[in-house]
Order: sequence, then structure tokens, then C-alpha cells
Amino acid sequence: MSGKNMEEKVEQATNSKNISLPVSRVRLIMKSSPDVSCINQDALFLTTKATELFVQHLALSSYKNGSGKETNTLSYSDLANVAEETETFQFLTDILPKKILARDYLKSLEEMEKDDENL
Amino acid sequence: MQQMAVMTDNRVIRQEFEQVQGDTKQLPDGVNVSKEARRAISQAASVFVLYATSCANNFAMKAKRKTLNAGDVMSAMEEMEFERFLQPLREALEAYKKGQKGKKEASEQKRKDKEKKSSSTDENDKSRDEEEDEHMDDEQEGENEGEEEDVEN
Repeated sequence: MSGKNMEEKVEQATNSKNISLPVSRVRLIMKSSPDVSCINQDALFLTTKATELFVQHLALSSYKNGSGKETNTLSYSDLANVAEETETFQFLTDILPKKILARDYLKSLEEMEKDDENL
Repeated sequence: MQQMAVMTDNRVIRQEFEQVQGDTKQLPDGVNVSKEARRAISQAASVFVLYATSCANNFAMKAKRKTLNAGDVMSAMEEMEFERFLQPLREALEAYKKGQKGKKEASEQKRKDKEKKSSSTDENDKSRDEEEDEHMDDEQEGENEGEEEDVEN
């Protein structure tokens, strides 16, 4: 079964099962992983569905944890905070870094240099 | 970089959030999601797929298999501490498989009907088959173009 054929089949099946994420994109990413040779159709479906569940989980956790409840908004910092504070989202800390003002960063750099000098 | 290009389609994320807002267990109605947050979530989704795939692949390799299967994905979810997904995933997979079975039976029925007809009109069927093949090629070309565009972005 060719890859494209499989995608079409999974896409057709999932269209009736309420999946909004594009199966072809998920497959692209999976194939980019080293050492992965073949992906079973069920595995492709499950991964797509799991990603959907993950997005919902991430959004809801970030919202609950955040300060957006007053403003009724989910912001980037809500996501960055939940990534740092929750164990299951730790793998996201690299792509969801907390934002820091440039001047604060430069200040902390200066302090680090002072410490080095003192040593 | 693949992760950056993939899934930055706002439409997908909006669909995702419309679904999310519709489901009462998820984000409450009318919650706004900033553009930045949307993009970040889509990137997080890409990272999740990569992480899940690599984890699932470890299970496949341990079992000396070259093909990643459904069981590997489920084991990966457990490993990643997303046990909460296991039950809904199992249910979704069952529904999906049932759908697959239904489609398979339907296409087999189609084939049987075709065979019945072909016993009387062979030539007509041949030309119809050729048309179908051409149509499929066009679809595939279309898909390829779409994907290339996205990767460039």
C-alpha cells in the first residue's frame, strides 16, 4: 500500500469521525523522525487523534492555570507558564520559553560576569 | 525547519478550537486565543507528534519490528504520562476500524457488481477503469503541489 493511498484512506475514515488535524501533515512529521521506516495505518490515525487530545489538554490546562480568566483570553505566557510548571508538559519548555525583557537579561548577564570576577 | 512550517495553518487551529469550544469539557464558550498562543500551540503539536513517534518507535524496535503499529503508539502515550488519553484513544480506534470495515465491504460489493456487469460488456468497463486511474493521478498531483507550497513557507 503506497503512502499516499494510506493517507487518503485514513483521511476518508477520519472525516466521518471528527478529526480536524490534517493526517498528511502528521504523517510528514512522523516520517521525519530518524529510524522510522514504516507506519501502520492505525498508528497514523491514533497519533493524529492523540495530538488532537493533546492540543485540547494543553489549551485547557494553560487557560485554567493562567490569569486569562478575567480577560477571557488564552495568551502565550499562559502556555509558557504551564510548560514550566507541569511535569507532563516539560518537553515543551524549549519551544515555549518564557519571555524576558532585554534589559533584565542584560542585567543578569552583568551579574554573572561580576560573580566570575569575584571568583 | 519542518516543525516550523508544518501545521501553522490557522484554519486548522481555528477548527481545532471551534471543536474545543463546542465541547463543554474543554475551553469555555467565547474564550479568545491570541495569535501568538495559536501559533505556539501548533508548534507544540508538532513537537508532540515527533516525541510520540520517537517514543513509539522505541517500542517497535524493542520488539524487532520495522513497522510502527497502534500498540506502540498506546505504549508511547503511557510512557509520556498521558494515560488520560488511553481510553478515548481506544474508543476512537474502535470506531475508526468499524468505519474501515464498512468501507471495505462496500468497495468489495462494488467490485462484485462490476464483475457481474463485465460479463456482458467488457469494453465499457475498460474505458471506465482508465478514466478512474487518470482521475486518481490528478488528485495525487494536486496534493503534491499543496504540500510543496507549505514546506516553502
